[in-house]
Amino acid sequence: MTTTTPPPSEAPEAADRPVVPVLVAHAGLRRDLQAVKVVMHRELIRFAQDRLRFLSALVQPVLFLFVLGTGLSSLTDRSTGDVDLQTFMYPGIMATSTMFTAVFAAVSIVWDREFGFLREMLVAPVRRSSIILGKALGGALVATLQSVVILLLAPVVGVSMTPVLALIILGEVFLLSFTLTSLGLVVVARIQQIQTVMGIMQMVVLPLSFLSGALYPVTDLPSWLTFLVKINPVTYAVNPVRTAAFSRVDASPAALDALNPPLTWWGWEVPILLQLGLVAVLGVVFLRVAVRQFKTVE
Amino acid sequence: MQTTHGIGGVEPAVHVRGLVKRYGDLTAVDGIDLDITPGETFGFLGPNGAGKSTTISILCTLARPTEGAARVAGHDVVTERDEVRRHIGLVFQDTTLDQYLTAERNLRFHAELYGVPKDVLDARLRKVLEMVGLWERRSSKVQNFSGGMKRRLEIARGLLHSPRVLFLDEPTVGLDPQTRLSIWGYIDELRQSENITIFLTTHYMDEAENCDRIAIMDAGRVIALDTPVGLKASIGTDTIRLRTADDLAAAGLLRDRFGLEPTADPEGLTVNVADGEAFVPTLVTGLGLAVTSISVSRPTLDDVFLSYTGRTIRDAETGPGMVNPFAQSRR
Repeated sequence: MTTTTPPPSEAPEAADRPVVPVLVAHAGLRRDLQAVKVVMHRELIRFAQDRLRFLSALVQPVLFLFVLGTGLSSLTDRSTGDVDLQTFMYPGIMATSTMFTAVFAAVSIVWDREFGFLREMLVAPVRRSSIILGKALGGALVATLQSVVILLLAPVVGVSMTPVLALIILGEVFLLSFTLTSLGLVVVARIQQIQTVMGIMQMVVLPLSFLSGALYPVTDLPSWLTFLVKINPVTYAVNPVRTAAFSRVDASPAALDALNPPLTWWGWEVPILLQLGLVAVLGVVFLRVAVRQFKTVE
Repeated sequence: MQTTHGIGGVEPAVHVRGLVKRYGDLTAVDGIDLDITPGETFGFLGPNGAGKSTTISILCTLARPTEGAARVAGHDVVTERDEVRRHIGLVFQDTTLDQYLTAERNLRFHAELYGVPKDVLDARLRKVLEMVGLWERRSSKVQNFSGGMKRRLEIARGLLHSPRVLFLDEPTVGLDPQTRLSIWGYIDELRQSENITIFLTTHYMDEAENCDRIAIMDAGRVIALDTPVGLKASIGTDTIRLRTADDLAAAGLLRDRFGLEPTADPEGLTVNVADGEAFVPTLVTGLGLAVTSISVSRPTLDDVFLSYTGRTIRDAETGPGMVNPFAQSRR
């Protein structure tokens, strides 16, 4: 990084000066993985710095569970048998609030665009897909971290948590978050303004959560609603989370079965692993679409 | 016209042939040829909308050319995108820093994205931050930085990975004169210490003077390309302003004895001659009239721009809907 010859005053002679080697590694898989890590790392730092965001994300599930849940349970005492409405709602609320966090993690890429940092990432000598993947994984990780706090509420609503159950639920939540962040990235890829994005995200997240069986069991619904619920990918993430949580709820089998009915396709019960697989595949598809979108926009 | 290996057998740092970029009906870049020698500080001078930023975007692999080809540091900007990116540093007009992170964290992320080896990173980080005078402020969040500090930090970041070519798009726009001066200080330091090629755009005439060579751009074309001295020489004449005891008589004498075409105004007389300074003694002795004051001025880049485009850069800037950037920068 130093020169031995005195710098010539006229640049066209400058070729005599020793050439300083470029300090950039060659492009390749390792570089791309590193880029994924950098982008994820940034999401985590930003999350850790923003305590207000962390707290505000807790308000919604607590409101749903303890205010709405308590209020509505006076209406539903008979229909939920010996299970509290709060217990029934708990897994669904965990999934729903995760969805919000996950999708808003995708929104942050619009901020990045508005404040220019997206450009810094996109001009680096790495594949664009590694930047988008880093964003999706980072968003999913942040959403999952946030759901840890909701997990701590389990004993209050009658779910006796075990370490294994916690890991299963967190894994499922992570998968759901990844898919939704990817979906969010598809939605925001072409949006330049943060004001536009907030409204659009509400339009995406609310129907997805209302139609997922997060807030009511998906049996005995009108056929149009059943159809919408079954084509909603979020349904296939909410159901596994509820099944896992209900394995540790102390109640009569009849009540559990009524509140956590098996998910079926034309009478065939869809295995949990297939449901999770569906969510994962869809997440990858969304991610690829998002990458393509960002390639054509930027 | 020079070939790829035209300049003393050294491959140009930037090599452009027949570059065209169209956006629909709009032709932003309309057939540009360029060769920039390694180590050169090269300036693109022109009003907003002349195609400077579009050209830089193509050279930085951020936009694809509609026609033509460009090579940066020996690599094709379309087919060897990542290789080009490895060899360049970029400082954009608008900030691309993460405001919520510290200066050092911004730089470390950059180093990780570019894969700067860990064993050299700390030394390099310190070097670039000290160069722009921000080493003491490395732990501050960028949002607390002034506009000038942010620009300096971006220059440091653009240099962190030791690029061969540093692109600076309007590096001093919107900054106060003092900061502009210090940024030019870093650019000078850089070209002395790192053998780096600097490619910058500007619409400040006085800054363009600092470049080794300047290309004047207008409406997507390079209309003149030379050293600042060469450009000024190309429009030929110096301007002599003089006042005499009797301007009217002096005007007649200038016409009769020297064959000049003086123009008169209340301030005195103005004549254009090829070598003003050498002509002054002849003029004063030969005129036979008492000269009360005399001054010689060389053409400025403003004059050069005017003579090539038929308007001043200010006129070009203050077209319909344009804000005068000079007025802005004075605030």
